[in-house]
Amino acid sequence: MCIVLGMSVGHALLGLLEGGPRHGYDLKRSYDERFGQDRPLAYGQVYSTLARLLRNGLVEVESEPGAGPERKKYAITDAGVSDVAGWLAQPEKPEPYLQSTLYTKVVLALLTGHDAADVLDAQRAEHLRLMRELTRRRDGGDLADQLICDHALFHLEADLRWLEVTAARIQQLAAQVRA
Amino acid sequence: MAPEPLLTAENLHLSFGTATALDSASVEVHAGEVLALMGPSGSGKSTLLHCLAGILHPDQGRVTYAGRDLTAMHDDERSALRRSEFGFVFQFGQLVPELTCLENVALPLRLGGASRRAAQRSAAAWLERLEVSDVAHKRPGQASGGQEQRVAVARALVTRPRVVFADEPTGALDTLNGERVMQLFVAAARETAAAVVLVTHEPRVAAYSDHEAVVRDGRVRTREYAR
Repeated sequence: MCIVLGMSVGHALLGLLEGGPRHGYDLKRSYDERFGQDRPLAYGQVYSTLARLLRNGLVEVESEPGAGPERKKYAITDAGVSDVAGWLAQPEKPEPYLQSTLYTKVVLALLTGHDAADVLDAQRAEHLRLMRELTRRRDGGDLADQLICDHALFHLEADLRWLEVTAARIQQLAAQVRA
Repeated sequence: MAPEPLLTAENLHLSFGTATALDSASVEVHAGEVLALMGPSGSGKSTLLHCLAGILHPDQGRVTYAGRDLTAMHDDERSALRRSEFGFVFQFGQLVPELTCLENVALPLRLGGASRRAAQRSAAAWLERLEVSDVAHKRPGQASGGQEQRVAVARALVTRPRVVFADEPTGALDTLNGERVMQLFVAAARETAAAVVLVTHEPRVAAYSDHEAVVRDGRVRTREYAR
Protein backbone atom coordinates (compact mmCIF):
# COMPACT_ATOMS: atom_id res chain seq x y z
CA MET A 1 0.00 0.00 0.00
CA CYS A 2 1.21 3.47 -0.80
CA ILE A 3 1.68 5.27 2.51
CA VAL A 4 0.86 8.77 1.27
CA LEU A 5 -2.51 9.30 -0.33
CA GLY A 6 -2.66 11.32 -3.53
CA MET A 7 -3.77 14.47 -1.74
CA SER A 8 -0.61 14.84 0.28
CA VAL A 9 2.16 13.92 -2.19
CA GLY A 10 2.71 17.62 -2.91
CA HIS A 11 3.03 18.43 0.79
CA ALA A 12 5.33 15.46 1.33
CA LEU A 13 7.65 16.62 -1.47
CA LEU A 14 7.58 20.18 -0.15
CA GLY A 15 8.43 18.97 3.34
CA LEU A 16 11.35 16.95 2.02
CA LEU A 17 12.61 20.06 0.19
CA GLU A 18 12.84 21.93 3.50
CA GLY A 19 16.08 19.99 4.06
CA GLY A 20 17.63 21.75 1.02
CA PRO A 21 17.27 21.97 -2.80
CA ARG A 22 17.19 18.66 -4.64
CA HIS A 23 16.90 17.15 -8.08
CA GLY A 24 13.62 15.44 -8.95
CA TYR A 25 15.36 12.08 -8.86
CA ASP A 26 16.75 12.60 -5.34
CA LEU A 27 13.38 13.76 -4.18
CA LYS A 28 11.68 10.65 -5.53
CA ARG A 29 14.27 8.47 -3.84
CA SER A 30 13.82 10.04 -0.39
CA TYR A 31 10.09 9.97 -0.79
CA ASP A 32 10.14 6.25 -1.66
CA GLU A 33 12.45 5.53 1.26
CA ARG A 34 10.22 7.25 3.79
CA PHE A 35 6.71 6.89 2.45
CA GLY A 36 6.72 4.76 -0.72
CA GLN A 37 7.03 1.35 0.95
CA ASP A 38 6.19 -1.24 -1.68
CA ARG A 39 4.66 1.27 -4.06
CA PRO A 40 7.22 3.85 -5.15
CA LEU A 41 6.18 7.14 -6.73
CA ALA A 42 6.18 7.19 -10.56
CA TYR A 43 8.58 9.67 -12.17
CA GLY A 44 5.68 11.14 -14.09
CA GLN A 45 3.90 11.93 -10.84
CA VAL A 46 7.01 13.47 -9.28
CA TYR A 47 7.48 15.86 -12.20
CA SER A 48 3.81 16.67 -12.61
CA THR A 49 3.56 17.42 -8.89
CA LEU A 50 6.69 19.58 -9.01
CA ALA A 51 5.29 21.43 -12.05
CA ARG A 52 2.12 22.15 -10.07
CA LEU A 53 4.11 23.35 -7.06
CA LEU A 54 6.20 25.55 -9.38
CA ARG A 55 3.08 27.03 -10.94
CA ASN A 56 1.71 27.82 -7.50
CA GLY A 57 4.96 29.50 -6.42
CA LEU A 58 5.66 26.93 -3.69
CA VAL A 59 8.97 25.80 -5.24
CA GLU A 60 11.47 27.44 -7.59
CA VAL A 61 14.04 26.03 -9.99
CA GLU A 62 17.65 26.64 -9.18
CA SER A 63 19.47 25.23 -12.24
CA GLU A 64 20.66 27.21 -15.26
CA PRO A 65 18.11 27.83 -18.02
CA GLY A 66 17.91 25.26 -20.78
CA ALA A 67 18.82 22.25 -18.66
CA GLY A 68 16.56 19.18 -19.08
CA PRO A 69 13.94 18.39 -16.42
CA GLU A 70 16.16 15.74 -14.82
CA ARG A 71 18.95 18.33 -14.26
CA LYS A 72 16.69 20.88 -12.58
CA LYS A 73 17.20 21.46 -8.90
CA TYR A 74 14.08 22.40 -6.97
CA ALA A 75 14.07 24.62 -3.89
CA ILE A 76 11.20 25.40 -1.56
CA THR A 77 10.06 29.04 -1.44
CA ASP A 78 8.88 30.97 1.66
CA ALA A 79 5.34 30.41 0.43
CA GLY A 80 6.11 26.68 0.28
CA VAL A 81 7.42 26.68 3.87
CA SER A 82 4.22 28.40 5.07
CA ASP A 83 2.16 25.95 3.06
CA VAL A 84 3.78 22.97 4.83
CA ALA A 85 3.38 24.63 8.24
CA GLY A 86 -0.28 25.33 7.48
CA TRP A 87 -0.88 21.75 6.38
CA LEU A 88 0.79 20.35 9.51
CA ALA A 89 -1.24 22.60 11.80
CA GLN A 90 -4.55 21.79 10.13
CA PRO A 91 -6.11 18.61 11.54
CA GLU A 92 -7.48 16.10 9.06
CA LYS A 93 -11.17 15.38 8.75
CA PRO A 94 -11.57 12.20 10.83
CA GLU A 95 -12.16 9.27 8.47
CA PRO A 96 -10.99 5.67 8.02
CA TYR A 97 -7.44 4.94 6.89
CA LEU A 98 -6.28 8.34 8.02
CA GLN A 99 -3.17 6.87 9.62
CA SER A 100 -1.21 7.08 6.36
CA THR A 101 -1.69 10.85 6.10
CA LEU A 102 -1.10 11.30 9.82
CA TYR A 103 2.07 9.21 9.68
CA THR A 104 3.34 11.41 6.85
CA LYS A 105 2.54 14.55 8.82
CA VAL A 106 4.31 13.31 11.94
CA VAL A 107 7.45 12.29 10.03
CA LEU A 108 7.52 15.58 8.12
CA ALA A 109 6.99 17.58 11.31
CA LEU A 110 10.02 15.83 12.80
CA LEU A 111 12.06 16.41 9.63
CA THR A 112 11.19 20.09 9.36
CA GLY A 113 11.58 20.98 13.03
CA HIS A 114 7.87 21.45 13.78
CA ASP A 115 6.44 20.07 17.02
CA ALA A 116 5.14 16.61 16.09
CA ALA A 117 3.18 16.44 19.36
CA ASP A 118 1.24 19.52 18.19
CA VAL A 119 0.20 17.65 15.05
CA LEU A 120 -1.07 14.77 17.20
CA ASP A 121 -2.80 17.08 19.69
CA ALA A 122 -4.60 19.01 16.95
CA GLN A 123 -5.80 15.74 15.49
CA ARG A 124 -6.90 14.37 18.86
CA ALA A 125 -8.96 17.51 19.44
CA GLU A 126 -10.60 17.14 16.03
CA HIS A 127 -11.38 13.46 16.63
CA LEU A 128 -12.83 14.20 20.06
CA ARG A 129 -14.95 16.99 18.64
CA LEU A 130 -16.53 14.52 16.23
CA MET A 131 -16.85 11.87 18.98
CA ARG A 132 -18.79 14.38 21.12
CA GLU A 133 -21.13 15.07 18.25
CA LEU A 134 -21.68 11.34 17.57
CA THR A 135 -22.17 10.63 21.30
CA ARG A 136 -24.89 13.30 21.50
CA ARG A 137 -26.55 11.96 18.35
CA ARG A 138 -26.38 8.39 19.65
CA ASP A 139 -27.71 9.16 23.12
CA GLY A 140 -30.62 11.11 21.68
CA GLY A 141 -31.36 8.74 18.81
CA ASP A 142 -33.22 5.52 18.10
CA LEU A 143 -31.61 2.08 18.00
CA ALA A 144 -30.46 2.48 14.37
CA ASP A 145 -28.73 5.77 15.25
CA GLN A 146 -27.17 4.11 18.26
CA LEU A 147 -25.69 1.24 16.26
CA ILE A 148 -24.44 3.42 13.42
CA CYS A 149 -22.90 6.02 15.75
CA ASP A 150 -21.32 3.25 17.85
CA HIS A 151 -19.59 1.87 14.77
CA ALA A 152 -18.12 5.28 13.93
CA LEU A 153 -17.20 5.88 17.57
CA PHE A 154 -15.27 2.61 17.84
CA HIS A 155 -13.29 3.47 14.70
CA LEU A 156 -12.49 6.97 15.92
CA GLU A 157 -11.46 5.50 19.25
CA ALA A 158 -9.05 3.15 17.47
CA ASP A 159 -7.51 6.15 15.68
CA LEU A 160 -7.16 7.96 18.99
CA ARG A 161 -5.40 4.99 20.54
CA TRP A 162 -2.99 5.04 17.61
CA LEU A 163 -2.40 8.78 18.20
CA GLU A 164 -1.68 8.06 21.89
CA VAL A 165 0.79 5.29 21.15
CA THR A 166 2.49 7.42 18.49
CA ALA A 167 2.77 10.30 20.97
CA ALA A 168 4.39 7.92 23.45
CA ARG A 169 6.88 6.77 20.81
CA ILE A 170 7.66 10.20 19.39
CA GLN A 171 11.20 10.39 20.82
CA GLN A 172 12.03 7.00 19.32
CA LEU A 173 10.60 8.03 15.97
CA ALA A 174 12.45 11.37 16.06
CA ALA A 175 15.76 9.61 16.64
CA GLN A 176 15.07 7.27 13.72
CA VAL A 177 13.90 10.00 11.34
CA ARG A 178 16.88 12.23 12.11
CA ALA A 179 19.43 9.41 11.96
CA MET B 1 -17.18 38.95 28.83
CA ALA B 2 -16.64 35.31 29.78
CA PRO B 3 -17.44 34.56 33.45
CA GLU B 4 -14.59 33.80 35.84
CA PRO B 5 -13.64 30.15 36.02
CA LEU B 6 -14.90 28.33 39.12
CA LEU B 7 -11.72 26.36 39.66
CA THR B 8 -8.22 27.23 38.46
CA ALA B 9 -4.81 25.61 38.76
CA GLU B 10 -1.93 27.92 37.95
CA ASN B 11 1.59 26.68 37.31
CA LEU B 12 1.45 23.70 39.62
CA HIS B 13 4.69 21.92 40.42
CA LEU B 14 4.78 18.77 42.48
CA SER B 15 7.52 16.20 42.97
CA PHE B 16 7.49 12.88 44.79
CA GLY B 17 11.15 12.46 45.76
CA THR B 18 13.10 12.84 42.55
CA ALA B 19 10.10 12.12 40.33
CA THR B 20 8.34 15.16 38.91
CA ALA B 21 4.59 14.57 38.89
CA LEU B 22 3.46 18.04 37.80
CA ASP B 23 5.50 20.60 35.91
CA SER B 24 3.91 24.04 35.35
CA ALA B 25 0.47 22.49 35.04
CA SER B 26 -2.34 25.00 34.52
CA VAL B 27 -5.99 24.36 33.83
CA GLU B 28 -9.37 25.97 34.48
CA VAL B 29 -12.94 24.77 34.86
CA HIS B 30 -16.10 26.85 34.60
CA ALA B 31 -19.34 26.24 36.47
CA GLY B 32 -21.51 23.69 34.70
CA GLU B 33 -18.64 22.53 32.50
CA VAL B 34 -17.33 18.99 32.11
CA LEU B 35 -13.56 18.95 31.71
CA ALA B 36 -11.77 15.70 30.79
CA LEU B 37 -8.18 15.27 31.92
CA MET B 38 -6.67 12.80 29.49
CA GLY B 39 -3.24 11.28 29.09
CA PRO B 40 -1.33 8.03 29.42
CA SER B 41 -0.85 6.19 32.72
CA GLY B 42 1.59 8.01 34.96
CA SER B 43 1.23 11.29 33.05
CA GLY B 44 0.08 13.17 36.15
CA LYS B 45 -3.64 13.46 35.39
CA SER B 46 -4.81 11.95 38.70
CA THR B 47 -2.23 13.99 40.60
CA LEU B 48 -3.61 17.12 38.95
CA LEU B 49 -7.16 16.09 39.97
CA HIS B 50 -6.02 15.55 43.57
CA CYS B 51 -4.41 19.02 43.63
CA LEU B 52 -7.54 20.62 42.16
CA ALA B 53 -9.61 18.90 44.86
CA GLY B 54 -7.28 20.06 47.64
CA ILE B 55 -6.29 16.50 48.55
CA LEU B 56 -2.67 16.98 47.49
CA HIS B 57 -0.70 20.15 48.15
CA PRO B 58 1.47 21.36 45.25
CA ASP B 59 5.12 22.34 45.97
CA GLN B 60 4.56 25.50 43.94
CA GLY B 61 1.67 27.19 42.22
CA ARG B 62 -1.87 28.01 43.23
CA VAL B 63 -5.31 26.42 43.14
CA THR B 64 -8.21 28.87 43.32
CA TYR B 65 -11.80 27.82 43.93
CA ALA B 66 -14.56 30.45 43.69
CA GLY B 67 -11.99 33.16 44.33
CA ARG B 68 -10.47 31.40 47.36
CA ASP B 69 -6.86 30.22 47.42
CA LEU B 70 -7.06 26.51 48.28
CA THR B 71 -3.30 26.25 48.64
CA ALA B 72 -3.24 28.91 51.39
CA MET B 73 -6.08 27.36 53.46
CA HIS B 74 -5.69 25.45 56.71
CA ASP B 75 -6.22 21.70 56.47
CA ASP B 76 -9.51 21.84 58.45
CA GLU B 77 -10.86 24.57 56.25
CA ARG B 78 -9.94 22.62 53.14
CA SER B 79 -11.53 19.43 54.50
CA ALA B 80 -14.73 21.31 55.30
CA LEU B 81 -14.80 22.72 51.80
CA ARG B 82 -14.30 19.26 50.31
CA ARG B 83 -17.20 17.90 52.35
CA SER B 84 -19.61 20.70 51.57
CA GLU B 85 -18.82 21.75 48.01
CA PHE B 86 -17.00 18.89 46.31
CA GLY B 87 -18.15 15.40 45.37
CA PHE B 88 -16.00 12.41 44.45
CA VAL B 89 -16.41 9.33 42.29
CA PHE B 90 -13.58 6.83 42.01
CA GLN B 91 -13.01 3.71 39.96
CA PHE B 92 -14.27 1.31 42.66
CA GLY B 93 -14.26 0.48 46.35
CA GLN B 94 -15.66 3.76 47.59
CA LEU B 95 -18.89 2.56 49.20
CA VAL B 96 -19.02 1.38 52.81
CA PRO B 97 -19.60 -2.38 52.48
CA GLU B 98 -21.49 -2.73 55.80
CA LEU B 99 -24.13 -0.13 54.87
CA THR B 100 -26.97 -0.56 52.37
CA CYS B 101 -26.81 1.43 49.14
CA LEU B 102 -29.45 3.81 50.50
CA GLU B 103 -27.49 4.35 53.71
CA ASN B 104 -24.32 4.92 51.68
CA VAL B 105 -25.98 7.69 49.69
CA ALA B 106 -27.54 9.19 52.82
CA LEU B 107 -24.21 9.16 54.68
CA PRO B 108 -22.77 12.49 53.45
CA LEU B 109 -26.02 14.23 54.40
CA ARG B 110 -26.03 12.59 57.84
CA LEU B 111 -22.41 13.71 58.36
CA GLY B 112 -23.53 17.21 57.36
CA GLY B 113 -26.13 17.17 60.15
CA ALA B 114 -29.30 16.19 58.27
CA SER B 115 -31.91 14.09 60.05
CA ARG B 116 -32.02 10.40 59.26
CA ARG B 117 -35.40 10.74 57.64
CA ALA B 118 -34.53 13.75 55.44
CA ALA B 119 -31.23 12.17 54.43
CA GLN B 120 -32.88 8.90 53.42
CA ARG B 121 -35.64 10.66 51.50
CA SER B 122 -33.08 12.62 49.52
CA ALA B 123 -30.92 9.53 49.01
CA ALA B 124 -33.91 7.56 47.68
CA ALA B 125 -34.66 10.31 45.17
CA TRP B 126 -31.07 10.23 43.92
CA LEU B 127 -31.08 6.44 43.61
CA GLU B 128 -34.21 6.77 41.52
CA ARG B 129 -32.61 9.48 39.40
CA LEU B 130 -29.68 7.12 38.72
CA GLU B 131 -32.11 4.23 38.02
CA VAL B 132 -30.91 2.02 40.88
CA SER B 133 -33.83 2.14 43.32
CA ASP B 134 -33.98 -1.66 43.21
CA VAL B 135 -30.68 -1.99 45.09
CA ALA B 136 -31.54 0.62 47.76
CA HIS B 137 -31.77 -1.97 50.54
CA LYS B 138 -28.96 -4.20 49.30
CA ARG B 139 -25.36 -3.92 50.34
CA PRO B 140 -22.87 -2.75 47.66
CA GLY B 141 -21.45 -6.29 47.34
CA GLN B 142 -24.89 -7.57 46.29
CA ALA B 143 -25.18 -5.06 43.43
CA SER B 144 -23.50 -5.32 40.01
CA GLY B 145 -20.45 -3.19 39.16
CA GLY B 146 -22.55 -0.83 37.05
CA GLN B 147 -25.18 -0.44 39.78
CA GLU B 148 -22.48 0.16 42.37
CA GLN B 149 -20.98 2.98 40.29
CA ARG B 150 -24.41 4.59 39.89
CA VAL B 151 -24.85 4.44 43.66
CA ALA B 152 -21.42 6.07 43.98
CA VAL B 153 -22.51 8.83 41.58
CA ALA B 154 -25.71 9.33 43.61
CA ARG B 155 -23.62 9.62 46.77
CA ALA B 156 -21.31 12.17 45.13
CA LEU B 157 -24.23 14.31 43.94
CA VAL B 158 -26.56 14.06 46.97
CA THR B 159 -24.96 17.06 48.71
CA ARG B 160 -25.40 19.13 45.51
CA PRO B 161 -21.67 19.82 45.19
CA ARG B 162 -20.46 22.61 42.92
CA VAL B 163 -17.63 20.44 41.59
CA VAL B 164 -17.60 16.67 41.13
CA PHE B 165 -14.20 15.00 40.75
CA ALA B 166 -14.33 11.66 38.97
CA ASP B 167 -11.23 9.51 38.57
CA GLU B 168 -11.77 6.79 35.92
CA PRO B 169 -15.42 6.36 37.03
CA THR B 170 -16.09 3.69 34.42
CA GLY B 171 -12.65 2.07 34.54
CA ALA B 172 -13.97 -1.20 35.96
CA LEU B 173 -17.07 -1.44 33.77
CA ASP B 174 -17.80 -2.90 30.34
CA THR B 175 -18.71 -0.62 27.42
CA LEU B 176 -22.50 -0.52 27.81
CA ASN B 177 -22.51 -0.23 31.60
CA GLY B 178 -19.81 2.43 31.42
CA GLU B 179 -21.82 4.37 28.90
CA ARG B 180 -25.00 4.27 30.96
CA VAL B 181 -23.10 5.49 34.04
CA MET B 182 -21.65 8.39 32.03
CA GLN B 183 -25.03 9.30 30.51
CA LEU B 184 -26.74 9.42 33.90
CA PHE B 185 -23.78 11.05 35.65
CA VAL B 186 -23.29 13.88 33.14
CA ALA B 187 -27.04 14.51 32.78
CA ALA B 188 -27.44 14.75 36.57
CA ALA B 189 -24.37 16.99 36.92
CA ARG B 190 -25.70 19.30 34.20
CA GLU B 191 -29.09 19.44 35.89
CA THR B 192 -27.50 20.64 39.13
CA ALA B 193 -25.07 22.95 37.23
CA ALA B 194 -22.13 21.22 38.90
CA ALA B 195 -18.74 21.37 37.20
CA VAL B 196 -17.14 17.98 36.56
CA VAL B 197 -13.44 17.20 36.45
CA LEU B 198 -13.15 13.80 34.83
CA VAL B 199 -9.92 11.80 34.67
CA THR B 200 -10.04 9.20 31.94
CA HIS B 201 -7.82 7.53 29.40
CA GLU B 202 -10.85 6.35 27.40
CA PRO B 203 -11.82 8.53 24.43
CA ARG B 204 -15.42 7.29 24.53
CA VAL B 205 -15.72 8.51 28.12
CA ALA B 206 -13.94 11.79 27.30
CA ALA B 207 -16.55 12.30 24.56
CA TYR B 208 -19.02 13.20 27.34
CA SER B 209 -16.91 16.25 28.24
CA ASP B 210 -17.15 19.80 26.90
CA HIS B 211 -13.38 20.23 26.74
CA GLU B 212 -10.31 18.16 27.24
CA ALA B 213 -6.88 18.93 28.65
CA VAL B 214 -4.16 16.46 27.80
CA VAL B 215 -1.57 15.81 30.49
CA ARG B 216 1.77 14.46 29.39
CA ASP B 217 4.88 14.21 31.60
CA GLY B 218 3.20 16.41 34.20
CA ARG B 219 2.49 19.20 31.74
CA VAL B 220 -0.89 20.22 30.37
CA ARG B 221 -1.00 20.46 26.61
CA THR B 222 -3.19 23.39 25.59
CA ARG B 223 -6.85 22.78 24.90
CA GLU B 224 -7.17 25.72 22.53
CA TYR B 225 -8.02 23.40 19.63
CA ALA B 226 -11.14 22.27 21.45
CA ARG B 227 -12.55 25.80 21.62
